Amino acid sequence: MLNGWHCDDNQEYDNTALYWIVNLKTEFTISPPGRLARINWPELWRYRDLFLVLAWRDISVRYKQTVLGVLWAILQPITTMIIFTFIFNRMAGIQSGDGTPYPIFLYTGQLIWLYFSGTVTKASQSLVVNASLVQKIYFPRLILPATSATTGLIDFFIALIILAGMMIWYGFSPGWIGLLTFPILLLTSIMCAMGIGLFLASINVKYRDVRHALPFFISTLMYITPVIYPVSMLDNYPWAKIAMTWLNPISGVITNARAGLLGKSEFDWQVMWISLLVSIVYLIIGLRHFRSTERYFADIA
Amino acid sequence: MSNPIIEIENLGKKYRIGALREPYLSLRDSVAHKAKHAWNVLRRKEHVQQKQEDFWALKDVSFSVNEGEAVGIIGRNGAGKSTLLKILSQITPPTEGKITMRGRVASLLEVGTGFHPELSGRENIFLNGAILGMTRKEIRRKFDEIVAFAEIEMFLDTPVKRYSSGMYVRLAFAVAAHLEPEILVVDEVLAVGDAQFQKKCLGKMQDVAKGGRTVLFVSHNMAAIEGLCSKAVLLEKGLLQSSGLAKNVIEAYLEDVLPHHLNKTDLRNSTDRSGTGDIRLVDFWIENNAGKKVAAVSSGKDCVFALEYESAINVQPKNIDVGISLSSPSGSHLVQLYSSYVGQVFNDLPQTGVFRCQVPKLPLGPNRYTVGGRLTANEIEADNPISGVGYLVVEAGDFYGTGKGVYHPNIPLLLDGTWDTK
Repeated sequence: MLNGWHCDDNQEYDNTALYWIVNLKTEFTISPPGRLARINWPELWRYRDLFLVLAWRDISVRYKQTVLGVLWAILQPITTMIIFTFIFNRMAGIQSGDGTPYPIFLYTGQLIWLYFSGTVTKASQSLVVNASLVQKIYFPRLILPATSATTGLIDFFIALIILAGMMIWYGFSPGWIGLLTFPILLLTSIMCAMGIGLFLASINVKYRDVRHALPFFISTLMYITPVIYPVSMLDNYPWAKIAMTWLNPISGVITNARAGLLGKSEFDWQVMWISLLVSIVYLIIGLRHFRSTERYFADIA
Repeated sequence: MSNPIIEIENLGKKYRIGALREPYLSLRDSVAHKAKHAWNVLRRKEHVQQKQEDFWALKDVSFSVNEGEAVGIIGRNGAGKSTLLKILSQITPPTEGKITMRGRVASLLEVGTGFHPELSGRENIFLNGAILGMTRKEIRRKFDEIVAFAEIEMFLDTPVKRYSSGMYVRLAFAVAAHLEPEILVVDEVLAVGDAQFQKKCLGKMQDVAKGGRTVLFVSHNMAAIEGLCSKAVLLEKGLLQSSGLAKNVIEAYLEDVLPHHLNKTDLRNSTDRSGTGDIRLVDFWIENNAGKKVAAVSSGKDCVFALEYESAINVQPKNIDVGISLSSPSGSHLVQLYSSYVGQVFNDLPQTGVFRCQVPKLPLGPNRYTVGGRLTANEIEADNPISGVGYLVVEAGDFYGTGKGVYHPNIPLLLDGTWDTK
């Protein structure tokens, strides 16, 4: 399955023409960086092969190294779901609040949370892990965190298949709204994870203790995201609810994913747009910070 | 003549020494420092300027390279060669100045960058190729050529972690060697592999240079530079010392940049010597065949060993035989040459003077050799400095006149000869 894209000859496309165009005007200058660094889209496009190869490398290595292979991507969310259900639902008595069985309620939130936290973690370490590349070869550094966000999607889709199985088991069928908005919710998660990941990646290069603070940051973040509890539990704390909606786009994504896919509570359009907007803002902040520090990564990485 | 393919104008790169010494900052320290600073400002304490020294790794470097030229970049360690390459490869930005490049650039600062041990040879060819800037199509087109060059057909689907180090390096270089950019920037990648493979790499590099592509090449191997490059630039402490024809720049490097004290011991005042002392060796140096003092000699070049002497007052030494010897760094005696061997003894010498021993086509590989000196008068030892008179630094050179100049590192003596069959 993951035997490598290069064996697939149908995928071959002719980019000779583009190559020549690029070549005819390859004159470029290297000069001290200005203050405002914009994203060089044509350059990113030229390096798409490298992006694909690095993503393929990460996926290939991940499923090659573990004996369990794909099974690992299945076991992790299921085990977490069983343990969390036991602790938070059976022992602590947390309920879904709208009559949804707790395991599927939890799993839907966890699906998005695991993608988000995994991407943030991997993206923030991508430059340090690939320091040998960064120090020896030029390429748009943005490729490295972007690769992390892409490879995380494989695990996400595997976990999504499990959700589909659970929905059949529990007798849920997704509504139209849920299916149509799901890509938007996923996009929101990707942008939010990338924004935070890019920011952390660039400060991780400079400050090496960020790596140690990160697990703490991620686990704290999980408790201020409605993964194991419904947002409705915050009804008595309106300020907390507002802060969560406006500062934590993932909370909106999770709530709406549950509403859309499981259909037990109402889909909140306003929250969806807020989440999307805030994610875009995070992405822009992350990108700008990354771009402004990017050129010095090789000196300090 | 069209515009030069690379134009470098007033290039400079500054590092902060503080940042160099402590590359891994911690956010905790940084926050603590800022808090302390804010506290001091609040209490109107005197602002303590943090000590930060600037260090210019490169300063005011300007030169240009025409299309199809191969330019060698030479200089001692720390002269700024690597920094220049990193700026040319866009890995790090310059602090000032500008470079204009008119062509696709590929840089090779290391072979095997990005190789993943878990992946097979086949997979790593694609991975490494993409990292070096090849498109998938290009890699696919050259795949068989790369595999053949690396001689790893049998192990194509074995993870590279099971490769021998030789196979690993061969594969890595093979991928790099098949890059086809207009401008190729190469660091000392030839310092890998066995002598056999180094020769192959150098040959491949020569093909690239002769194929009309522009090559910038950093090396300590003067023979490789001389064989490969028509021009060269010499960096010293971040400044451009000289540039021009490779031959002249290499000569300048050997004459000036290598410190002369490298082959000096304080011979005049040394008491660690045996012999009557009627006539003593007081100084030693090496000259090239133009009569200039040099700090190093390339293999295969002519040179002169010069020994300055002083005879004791009121002594008129007769029948003087002077000899030199060369020993390897491990201390084994390699060769010696007394003047009497070639039928020459000296009589009626002035009080002071210089013995000169001309050696054509120096038959030594690159290394630092100890030079011993000894004088006898009437076959009685007159002077013999125990720890030698100085050192001879030999740089790699083109001894056999074949343009290669890469020899086995453990064999100090170079044997000349010809081969044929009968």
